[in-house]
Amino acid sequence: MPLPTDKIGKTYPAAVYAVGREKIREYAAAVGETNPLHFDVEAARAAGYSDVLAPPMFAVVYAGRMLGPVLFDPELEINFAMLLHGSQEFVWGRAVVAGDEISTTAEITEIAMRGELAFYVLRTDSVNQRGETVCTGTWTNIIRGVKDA
Amino acid sequence: MKAGDAIELKVTPDPYVTVRYAGASGDFNPIHIDEEFARQVGLPGRILHGLWSMAQVARAATEAAGGPDKLISLSVQFRGMGRLNEEVVVSGEVTEVHEDGTATAKLEAVQSGHRIIRNAVATLRAG
Repeated sequence: MPLPTDKIGKTYPAAVYAVGREKIREYAAAVGETNPLHFDVEAARAAGYSDVLAPPMFAVVYAGRMLGPVLFDPELEINFAMLLHGSQEFVWGRAVVAGDEISTTAEITEIAMRGELAFYVLRTDSVNQRGETVCTGTWTNIIRGVKDA
Repeated sequence: MKAGDAIELKVTPDPYVTVRYAGASGDFNPIHIDEEFARQVGLPGRILHGLWSMAQVARAATEAAGGPDKLISLSVQFRGMGRLNEEVVVSGEVTEVHEDGTATAKLEAVQSGHRIIRNAVATLRAG
């Protein structure tokens, strides 16, 4: 079955994520962060932030929500059982703090075979409530065992 | 921050780190939280989330650079499977400091001799 390369360029509507103070603390603790900026409102305010600061990798929480609708999109014909996360890139902009509302859109930027592996590359663009870019993500998913014929 | 500066972070994921990370991140793929399911699909047992391991690389970079606001970009390649109860060693170095005040660092994450993250490249604010 040929890869659905006609879906390159397909976009997915924006999802909005409301950033909560306790969610930042929960995420920061789960990855072992100890910097008070992620936990202590007063420390964050003293450093010029309006509330606790999200660690950069908190992008997986607000932007990662776009992954489900894409990977389970029937038009992409992805065999979820054969899925691997191949590589990941984030480029950060404005800081994300508790109270922000982050809107993320997604676009399929590549669908291609490399050897026995099918590559599906997704880009996410996340902006805050002021329209400022907070993070661009490039998510490279690899599907094993695809016959492109 | 200058070229040649070493970066290192060591962390041993306890048996429940994947459960806490699943809840924190929203990634409930059972290969990370269900021992029986993981074995059924041919894994040695539950494995670490790749993005948790990437977060350790990010933490190593931000701690070396002086704070979470110093990280401009990070790219990584995932390889192999990260295991619970085995020390993860993130190591790398600052390879270049640029005229615009940014620096490039190259890193990897290794567990029991196996690279679980390779070719990690971080762009940092050097000052």
